[in-house]
Parts: sequence; C-alpha cells; structure tokens
Amino acid sequence: MSDQTNATSKPGRAVAYGIFAFVALMIVIGLFGGQHGGLVYHPMEQFLVEPLFGGEHVAWYTPTNVTLWMAIALLVIFGLLVVGTRGRAVVPSRMQSVAELAYGFVYRMVEDVSGKDGLKFFPYIMTIFMFIVTSNMLGLLPLSFTTTSHLAVTVLLALCVFISVTVIGFVRHGVSFLKLFWITSAPLLLRPILAMIEVISYFVRPVSHSIRLMGNMMAGHAVMKVFAAFVPLILLSTGIGLVVSPLSVVAISAIYALELLVAFIQAYVFTILTCVYLRDALHPFH
Amino acid sequence: MQGDIVQMGAYIGAGLACTGMGGAAVGIGHVVGNYLSGALRNPSAAGGQTATMFIGIAFSEALGIFSFLVALLLMFAV
Repeated sequence: MSDQTNATSKPGRAVAYGIFAFVALMIVIGLFGGQHGGLVYHPMEQFLVEPLFGGEHVAWYTPTNVTLWMAIALLVIFGLLVVGTRGRAVVPSRMQSVAELAYGFVYRMVEDVSGKDGLKFFPYIMTIFMFIVTSNMLGLLPLSFTTTSHLAVTVLLALCVFISVTVIGFVRHGVSFLKLFWITSAPLLLRPILAMIEVISYFVRPVSHSIRLMGNMMAGHAVMKVFAAFVPLILLSTGIGLVVSPLSVVAISAIYALELLVAFIQAYVFTILTCVYLRDALHPFH
Repeated sequence: MQGDIVQMGAYIGAGLACTGMGGAAVGIGHVVGNYLSGALRNPSAAGGQTATMFIGIAFSEALGIFSFLVALLLMFAV
C-alpha cells in the first residue's frame, strides 16, 4: 500500500515542479519581453513560414520550418513503426505495443467503415493517419511548428483523397458511379433536387475536409498564444495583472490538455471521413 | 475614405459570419447529447456507434467551418 502511495506521489511532485518551472519561465520571458507595451507576442506569429538558413525568398526547394517539421514527423513515424517494432517480440515492448495499437486501430476503422474490400487501401489510410496525428502532436511542443495548421498542407491531403476516391469509383463502376447522386429511395419528384444537393455536397467535400483540420489546429494554437500574452501582465503589479496572469496560466494548462485531445480527434475524424468517402466510392448504390 | 468604409464593412461582416459557428455548436451538442441518451439506454450497443457519432459531428461541424471560412475570406481576401 505504501509503495502505491509513493508511486503516485512521485509523478504528482514532478507535475508540481513542472508547473512551477513553467510559471517561472513565463515570468522571466515577461521580464525581458514586456517592455514594449501591448501584446508581446502576436498570436499569429507562430504560423509564419520562414526559410531556415536566412534569406527572404521562399521557392519550392527552400528548406523552411515547414519542411523541417515534416521531416521530423517522418523520422518520428519511422522510429515508432520501423525501429520500434524491430524486435518483433511476442510480448511487445512499450514502443511496439504503441505501434501495434495504432495499426490495429486504423485497421479496424477501415474494416468497419469501408468494408472488407476497402482493406486494399489500408496502407494509404494508415499513412494519412500517422502523418496527421504525428504532426498534430509535434505541433504541441513549445517552439515547434504545426505543419497541419497550413491550408496548403491540408488541401493537398484532402485533394489526394478526393481525386483518388473519384478515380476509384469510376474505375470500379464506370458511368454507373453517377448513380451515387440519384437516390432511388426518395420519391421520384424529389430526386432531381436531391441530386443537385448531392452533387454540391460531393464537390464541397475537399473544402470542409481540409479546412476542418487546418481551422482546428490554427484556432487552438492561437488561443494558447493569446492567453500566453496575458501572463506578463503580472509585471504591471496592478490589481488586474495580479488576478489575470495566474488565471491565464491555469487556462493555458487546461487548453493544452484540450488541444491534446483535439489533435488526436481531428486526425481520427480526417481518417474516418476518408473511410466514408472510400465506402461511397466502393458501394455507391444506396 | 471609401477604402475605410469597405474595410469596416468587411470586419463587421467577418464578425457576423462568426455567429454561424454558434449554429454548429448547437448541432454538435445535439448529436452528442442524443448519442449519450441513446447510449445510456442501451450501453451494449454504444461502442459500435461512436464512429457514427464522430461522422455526424464532422458533418455538422462542416457548416460551422464554412462560416469560419467566410470570416477568413472577409478578413484577408476582400
């Protein structure tokens, strides 16, 4: 029993030290940064794309912070899925069980949502899921860059899904794939109207698919930075500053926990919507 | 002067567009609330329907995203 209380109190103490260090760091940053007046950090500054090695011009081949964090995401995925499972132990190590968990999670999702014949496209969906979840999680590290908070990245991911799903539908079913828009279970009079709505909603798919991910990532990070900008107010030592900055430290911690959840759920939603679109392409007849 | 009025209109429009997100919030709350009340009545069937719930959330969230998109366009593209 005493072992157990010891085991639980140790992480608690570590968390308390962590929070103390965080507050101290914030106050130090505020000391050096707070003299300009107004917001010290603009909340949108973190989304700027900058070349890594100086210079102004950004061409397609310039190494920027986006490419750096994409490369880090690829390395993390490689480490988890290739290096982590290298032992191929029957009783998995910690890394291997995380990799197996992710694999089984996506595999079951594809099987449940798009059916048995959707499993042919499982590698692509697994790739999408791992990339999005890793870059979302890496974006939560302090001073890091969230690649998925940029529309260019998410639009590319969503367009790849949209185009490949449409091609799969036409290859599988030929012209009769267009019956996806003709809902036979509705009354005949309503069908043309419903067809119009279905066509519009089909072409709006990549828009909502990409902006959902980008908007969630960007909004969460901007909110965290807005609260972070309130913390140096403690230096004003007026009544408002003494109340607002401890409150905003608490708020940042709470929002950070929420962001951790959002980072996973948005990757999950992106992947499950990919599975839904794939199911529509494989079985378009309602 | 005229440019100022246009910019003012764009900012007011962006603010008004954001009220659409409230509708998305109502929709998501409705989906999750109904899922919960169904899940509490029949907990054994709840596990298989979480994916459906997330799809419903995603679809109702999409309309909130469109209002966010309109706000962004008004702020930065007009």
